[in-house]
Amino acid sequence: MKGLRIIVLAKQVPDTRNVGKDAMKANGTVNRAALPAIFNPEDLKALEQALIIMDRIPGSTITIITMGPVRAANIIREALYRGADSGILITDKRFAGSDTLATSYALALAVRKTGKYDLVMCGRQAIDGDTAQVGPQVAEKLDIPQITYVEEIGEIKEKKITVRRRLENGVETLEAPYPLLLTVHGSAPECRSRNAKLLMKYKHACTHTELLHEVEDYISLHDIHPYLDITEWNVDDLKADVEWLGLSGSPTKVQRVESIVFTVKESTTVNGDEEGINQLMKELIEHHNIG
Amino acid sequence: MNNVIVYCEVHGKEIADVSFEILSRGRSLAGELNVKLEAIILGHKLDGVEKELYEYGVDIVHKGDHKYLAPYTTLPHASVVTGVFQKEKPRIGLFGATSVGRDIAPRISSKLKCGLTADCTELVIGDYLDKKNKKTYNDLLLQRRPAFGGNIIATIVTPDTLPQLATVREGVMKKEKPPTPKKGKTVNLDIDKYLSKSDLAVKIIERHIEKNKLNIKNSSIIVAGGYGVGSRENFDMLYELAHVLGGEVGGSRAAVDAGFIERDRQIGQTGVTVRPKLYIACGISGQIQHRAGMDKSAMIISINSDPEAPMNKIADYVITGDLSKIIPQMVKSYKENIK
Repeated sequence: MKGLRIIVLAKQVPDTRNVGKDAMKANGTVNRAALPAIFNPEDLKALEQALIIMDRIPGSTITIITMGPVRAANIIREALYRGADSGILITDKRFAGSDTLATSYALALAVRKTGKYDLVMCGRQAIDGDTAQVGPQVAEKLDIPQITYVEEIGEIKEKKITVRRRLENGVETLEAPYPLLLTVHGSAPECRSRNAKLLMKYKHACTHTELLHEVEDYISLHDIHPYLDITEWNVDDLKADVEWLGLSGSPTKVQRVESIVFTVKESTTVNGDEEGINQLMKELIEHHNIG
Repeated sequence: MNNVIVYCEVHGKEIADVSFEILSRGRSLAGELNVKLEAIILGHKLDGVEKELYEYGVDIVHKGDHKYLAPYTTLPHASVVTGVFQKEKPRIGLFGATSVGRDIAPRISSKLKCGLTADCTELVIGDYLDKKNKKTYNDLLLQRRPAFGGNIIATIVTPDTLPQLATVREGVMKKEKPPTPKKGKTVNLDIDKYLSKSDLAVKIIERHIEKNKLNIKNSSIIVAGGYGVGSRENFDMLYELAHVLGGEVGGSRAAVDAGFIERDRQIGQTGVTVRPKLYIACGISGQIQHRAGMDKSAMIISINSDPEAPMNKIADYVITGDLSKIIPQMVKSYKENIK
């Protein structure tokens, strides 16, 4: 069969998994600058699933699309180092403040603009919002079916694909025709590491805006090797209606953000030796906490 | 029109617990707004399910009974719910934040171009002042949810579009029936009218659903381990302690990410929220998102080599030391002292 055209949607996110003391400001809000910007973990797993398809069906291509500031091109390079063929950065100040609905509008326009595609793949959710909404919303806007929480790709046929998805208390195997959107679950395998040859090949890959800050040598390098160009699209390239973008295109508003307050308890210190533990367990049994 | 509609999940013939929890909350929201509580329930062979819904105070049940609606697949359910929302024009639409609710709700919000808030832990009616446009909105649904990896709580509003859609986390709202059940009515939906051929594109080949394999949420004793446990093998000690105490084992996200324990045992804002009688935290430093998912436990014991672990501040008992000595000693002491 001929190769599949795969689009991977990915997001650069602050690493919220290890929020230490310095990442929280005194007023309880988050200091984003104190957190490293990373490839959203489940999006990276979606890339791996796309690469698995590419390994199995020669001639398949992977285009990675991300929306964000110029520095989000970092995750596009990360994808190129792992085997993606090309990348598109959607960037424009007019996207700022977009909620999931406005984001899915922009991403769906970008997917459409790439032309014909068979699969759109992305992580189930991003670790900065944990909403799991953008994938299904993009699918609806593209008017294609979705399969969420995918953990394994099964049989790949000319006209349809079989996947296994993870639910709270079980698994389900589904079959669907292309074009189709898949969101990939955290239980899917980790992404392969960077490939040394690809790292050398794409080391100088960058967007048009990034190139403006580069030295002459790199600019001529891009003239010789067009594959080093990371496509950059703005609102006008997408022919997007600004009413549906940013704050005006976002029906949800954040009214308030507050820190989580814990009740500090008067704790009893227990000695970690045999006697201390024995005493504690006796107490717990006596007070019917256990037993 | 203008009512509160709850999408009820049904597995086989059984309505999901989370749906009853949301109906219970939905009833008080509807009461406050002086509107009706409605339910949508879609499946196959649903004879009699409406009675259970009336018991929770539902005024109107929209029932769709069709072979294409069970087991759940996204498109048929999304099309029917979207159609019902377009016709009924609810003010509020609520779903469980489950694999079903989180799959269908964003699809519907995109179709209706309305706001959706994921994973709410609290829903109240209140006012919202739009400072920029100096406009006050009354009686909005204030949707509170953990954000930013569960490290903060955000209140989200949807001022300008209807319905206001939200998914609600399982286990955070109390399931309670009103003293007297409603004498509600049921509208049988003509499903063929709502579905098109393209809605049947995705086919289920195989399903393996285990019934309540794991029930951390309802366990009264939880032994939970963090990154400090050190390895998957070391978790065996925790399983032994949980076993003798008659409890369940859970883990922090760090332990799950490190592969020490399965993801379905993850406790915290990004996992399951629990409130057992006794929570034994082993080698868990206590990130905000973890503590927020267990701080309502009646009693907390924190075992950690670091005396400054944030977990210790919310613990009733603090044991500083080596887990590999302390946990086996707890097992031993328990066995010696229990008669």
